[in-house]
Amino acid sequence: MSDARFVYTIYIRGTPEQVWQGLLDARFTRQYWAHENVSDWQPGSHWEHRRTDDVRTLDLVGQVIESNPPHRLVLTWAEPANQANYNKHSRVTFELEAIEDMVRLTITHEGLEAGSDMFRKISAGWPRVLSSLKSQLETGKPLPTWAK
Amino acid sequence: MDKVFKALADPSRRQLLDRLFEANGQTLGELCKDLEMSRQAVTQHLGVLETAGLVTIKWEGREKLHYLNPVPIHEIEERWIRKFERRRLDALRNLKRRIERKSDE
Repeated sequence: MSDARFVYTIYIRGTPEQVWQGLLDARFTRQYWAHENVSDWQPGSHWEHRRTDDVRTLDLVGQVIESNPPHRLVLTWAEPANQANYNKHSRVTFELEAIEDMVRLTITHEGLEAGSDMFRKISAGWPRVLSSLKSQLETGKPLPTWAK
Repeated sequence: MDKVFKALADPSRRQLLDRLFEANGQTLGELCKDLEMSRQAVTQHLGVLETAGLVTIKWEGREKLHYLNPVPIHEIEERWIRKFERRRLDALRNLKRRIERKSDE
């Protein structure tokens, strides 16, 4: 696995607690991400990324590496088929930093295989997810273009 | 959004973004390689890009790495492109690419 890495930054009006909740609380993610992130968020626990369709399709899985609410969360990230195959997991770090009345949210996604399906999906996906999260938290509504 | 447009209005800054798009996470030294610009000019342009949120800095030990942050560009896109237009725009872009590639050959 090569170590292609993306770093995304967005400024969101609000507190780190609100942004943390926005990332993990299904009441929010259902609206702006059309997914739920399911876990107890303890280091070592599994987490699941489930679509909000009728059968709650499992789209991603991984492990919680580090959780320091509301500042830092580190997860591994993989297709469900690779759940047990840890060298196929990439790694996502969420960093939340309060700057006056805003939060600087930085997402670092690394350990991606350059040119892979996952590489393409996340590079198209994160900017949309982050813009939609910002819209959700600041206006109470996700981006109009979000729902497929 | 003004800052993003101002940052993008300069061809040298767009060139720097192109280079990060090709290889993300470069040092200043790597970015300066084979460029007509002075190191000082590159530093200044990177500062403008960083202020506009188009470039994010990550420190890796002593190395300062520059990453392309496309989130502000996505916000511009979301402002003026509607959901139903997206597929048609993709089709148009693909058509343009195919035709232009043929005329290149």
